[in-house]
Amino acid sequence: MASPLTHPNTTATTTHHNHLPQVTEPRNPGMPLDLNWVLSVQANTSAIERRAASLPARRSVKKAHQAAWLLRAVTCIDLTTLSGDDTDRRVARLCAKARQPVSADLLGKLGMGPITTGAVCVYHEMIPAARAALKGTNIPIAAVSTGFPAGLSPLELRIKEIEMSVAAGASEIDIVISRRHVLSGNWQALYDEMQAFRAACGEAHVKAILATGELGSLRNVARASVVCMMAGADFIKTSTGKESVNATLPVSLVMIRAIRDYYDRTGMRVGYKPAGGISKAKDAITYLALMKEELGDRWLKPDLFRFGASSLLNDIERQLEHHVTGHYSAGYRHATS
Amino acid sequence: MSVSEIFETMDYGQAPETAAEALAWIVDQGGRFGHFIDGAFTIPGDSFESKNPATGEVLATLTQATQTDVDSAVKAARRAQGKWEKLGGHGRARYLYALARLLQKHSRLFAVLETLDNGKPIREARDIDVPLAQRHFYYHAGMAQLMESELPDAQALGVCGQIIPWNFPLLMLAWKFAPALAMGNTVVLKPAEYTSLTALLFADICRQAGLPKGVVNIVTGDGAVGEMIVAADVDKVAFTGSTAVGRRIREATAGTGKALSLELGGKSPYIVFDDADLDSAVEGLVDAIWFNQGQVCCAGSRLLVHEPVADMFYAKLRARMGKLRMGNPLDKSIDIGALVDPVQLAAVSEMVARNTAGEVFVAETAVPEIGCYYPPTLITGLNPADTLMQEEIFGPVLVSTTFRTPAEAVQLANNTRYGLAATVWSENINLALDIAPKLAAGIVWVNGTNLMDAAAGFGGVRESGFGREGGWEGLSGYTKPKGAVKKLATIEAFTGDGTPGDGIDRTSKLYIGGKQARPDSGYSAPVWGKSGALLGHVSLANRKDLRNAVEAAQAAKGWSKTTGHLRAQILYYIAENLDARRDEFAARLDAMQGGRSGAKEVEASVRRLFTYAAWADKYDGQVHGVPIRGVALAMKEPVGVIGALCPAEAPLLGLISCMAPAIAMGNRVILAASEPFPLSAGDFIQVLETSDVPAGVVNILTGAHADLAAPMAGHMDVDAVWSFSAKEFSKTVEKSASSNLKRTWVNHGHARDWMGAVGEGKAFLEASTEVKNIWVPYGE
Repeated sequence: MASPLTHPNTTATTTHHNHLPQVTEPRNPGMPLDLNWVLSVQANTSAIERRAASLPARRSVKKAHQAAWLLRAVTCIDLTTLSGDDTDRRVARLCAKARQPVSADLLGKLGMGPITTGAVCVYHEMIPAARAALKGTNIPIAAVSTGFPAGLSPLELRIKEIEMSVAAGASEIDIVISRRHVLSGNWQALYDEMQAFRAACGEAHVKAILATGELGSLRNVARASVVCMMAGADFIKTSTGKESVNATLPVSLVMIRAIRDYYDRTGMRVGYKPAGGISKAKDAITYLALMKEELGDRWLKPDLFRFGASSLLNDIERQLEHHVTGHYSAGYRHATS
Repeated sequence: MSVSEIFETMDYGQAPETAAEALAWIVDQGGRFGHFIDGAFTIPGDSFESKNPATGEVLATLTQATQTDVDSAVKAARRAQGKWEKLGGHGRARYLYALARLLQKHSRLFAVLETLDNGKPIREARDIDVPLAQRHFYYHAGMAQLMESELPDAQALGVCGQIIPWNFPLLMLAWKFAPALAMGNTVVLKPAEYTSLTALLFADICRQAGLPKGVVNIVTGDGAVGEMIVAADVDKVAFTGSTAVGRRIREATAGTGKALSLELGGKSPYIVFDDADLDSAVEGLVDAIWFNQGQVCCAGSRLLVHEPVADMFYAKLRARMGKLRMGNPLDKSIDIGALVDPVQLAAVSEMVARNTAGEVFVAETAVPEIGCYYPPTLITGLNPADTLMQEEIFGPVLVSTTFRTPAEAVQLANNTRYGLAATVWSENINLALDIAPKLAAGIVWVNGTNLMDAAAGFGGVRESGFGREGGWEGLSGYTKPKGAVKKLATIEAFTGDGTPGDGIDRTSKLYIGGKQARPDSGYSAPVWGKSGALLGHVSLANRKDLRNAVEAAQAAKGWSKTTGHLRAQILYYIAENLDARRDEFAARLDAMQGGRSGAKEVEASVRRLFTYAAWADKYDGQVHGVPIRGVALAMKEPVGVIGALCPAEAPLLGLISCMAPAIAMGNRVILAASEPFPLSAGDFIQVLETSDVPAGVVNILTGAHADLAAPMAGHMDVDAVWSFSAKEFSKTVEKSASSNLKRTWVNHGHARDWMGAVGEGKAFLEASTEVKNIWVPYGE
């Protein structure tokens, strides 16, 4: 069994910009690759699917609780645009929505103060635009990196890309792992790669995108999760949003159970980010319930939980308006991102 | 709490399902219920209250049935039965389909009413109980449809008396009604007195379905009403409930000729190997022991954990227990509701309080002050010698110990009087599929638990009862073979006063453990031919010889693991050796019985051996079409040790007709030979000795069946007893079998034509096997 590593550089992060998500938690320093642990990880697909199927039926959140939970979900959204046709203005519009994800009027009626999304998530080239648009807020900028989404550009360039994004002002880097290392069972290579990415991030937090839809099995998802955490990932994330299968409840269950195991063995809390395909308010509630059930309330805050989503926010706004007015709402009534 | 406060706490709050419609239904019925007899509700009589165990509130008043009520219900069922059966499979299928549809249409009403009455979480009633009940009616609508083509030799039993428990009131009703009605029976059912409301609602939908009056009758009341049903003029009693009551029913019905199926208690093992997906195995326990507050007969209540992962597993389990939410069963976010009644709460509390062994962990979940709530509890570090490892708690209490090896896991798992279900968690298919057949259970779940479906039989072995509910295997409990019944003729031994013709003493011995043995009693008796000549002497076996034979049979366990191919070869070899001595056997049969039928009987005996040699590797199991990604393998396993009182008539053929199917299927047998004509059995010992039959597989006793029937049927290490002997032994066998609730097959004084088709075939194979359903969900 692995023992917690006492890493000389482990320090509690106190970010310079007082960014909302990165508050009190010491960063995961990683630990030596423990192959015994990695290879002992099991994931029984049908049992995991049964749990995932029963969870939404086991937890129901209604009325004021539902509104509060949805607001919490909003604060955990990495509001994202990752399109080839992104422009500075497009990113500015996204950032404006991140600053005011729910209309002040609606928030007022809900008795809530101002909230923001957890972050905005863009490509490297859009960091300056985002930075400008988010000036005066502590909303972090997350940049997808390392040859996103395939991750098959030269390693040197992928590392350089991280460094450039951090230099440009990204405080969170969403890297993509080399799926081939998982598929060929080369856990050492995956570990080394992740460690190199983490090192390149410096103070910026690193989210490891596993691209679970391309890993072939839940067992591979579980093992890749553990290896990335051992190599110092601050977050593990399901998908780029570009695979044919993105975040699912079974995959999420596997990854957050890996996070739980890692916490139980090392005392380090690693965050979780499901991404892609989560577009309904009801799904957001289910994900929050899943986190609450499997990991606990501490993982319901944006420093340890994010949704990678773009259209989710609009559905949440509609549900919030329904809560306030008693009438079902329409999408056009809420500001677009 | 305000939205901004909840935003910080992230509590679930409450999400109660409304009870308004269910309560309104009760009010519409007047709040007082009579029985449902002959298509109408009777006027409420002497009453008792039905309470909501979560609140203690009275929901309705129900009527305690009188003898007159039960009699009129049985009479109504009897009147309706002929017409219902003659309606034909398709006609009945239409009604069963209508009942399924009506259950579906009123699904939420059924679910809420069930939760109010029983205390189970609404999620379970809504997502499990009610859908499964519907499924049973749909599935058996299909069985009714197929009965004529697929079961051409089967007919309805007649009127079935059915007594069901309070843990799954509607679901148990569905399990009882659907197969019974499909096969053309009519029913009189008594729901548990704590939980009768959904049965009464079901009566209401029977009216809506236009079900012919008298086909379904429901009487309410306590155990006294159950006893009346057992004693009534019914053709079958089906009972689900406690082992203690099951045993009493076994005794009460002994010798009456009523068919019986019992689905009783359990202490089902839940085995976790070190290569399992531990988190999923922990989650499985939530479905195993914290499903329905642990009030589940097949609950995985005995956790056995592989030592290398035990500490880690317990830590994960305790953490998971802390997440279970207990409270208002109508709340959609509740995992644990209320126990069914204060009596049950007291029983569970006392059992756990009496225990001083192990380490007790109680989940830190808030326990409501009012209502029958008991918190999820885990007791680790127990040993098989501790009471709680052996006794069924029937509450949310899990007990546990560890094991070192797969063999030890099996040993611990089987160290129980029960044998209902078992669960195995391992990612190694070799291990899982090796363990599953070794477990003494009617159902084994691999990497899952409490998976149930109408297409797979449910039921147990040992003191968990007998009979299966669901699947093709469940239909035999509600049918009997077509054909007229003939009375068994009494056959007396001949008497005489001659001496041995050739002056040589011939005393046939017993055959125990592959050796010819003298009887413990030291007594033997002369056997006279029809002419009065002394044919020889026969050893008189007593209970100690029986005991020795059982020991020998138990020691021959290896036979049950042999292949069908090998068993076939040995059966052919027996046939070959018998055929070689056909004239001698024929002469003996003629000398004992008189007449000249001996040669025909020997010829039939050889044929019969060939028949079961043929079946030895062909009586296949099934893969059931259950609605999961996976398989439910209905494996046919040997029953174990079978004792048989062979018929008086057909002294050789009768003996072989009992022996051959049993050993072909892998059982070991103790045969009590024809009492009046025992010498052929003695001769047959020599055939067995030359035919490579391993020691202990076949044991032959001679002597008075009166001395052997009770000890054989009462012996706790015998798994089944058959009686084709005189009528009085049917009662003896059934009564004594209550000791360990072994399955029995007796003639009730009806004759069997041993030379004809009913002398061999599927009925014997069915009696020689147990169906074990092994569920293997898969997926990567």
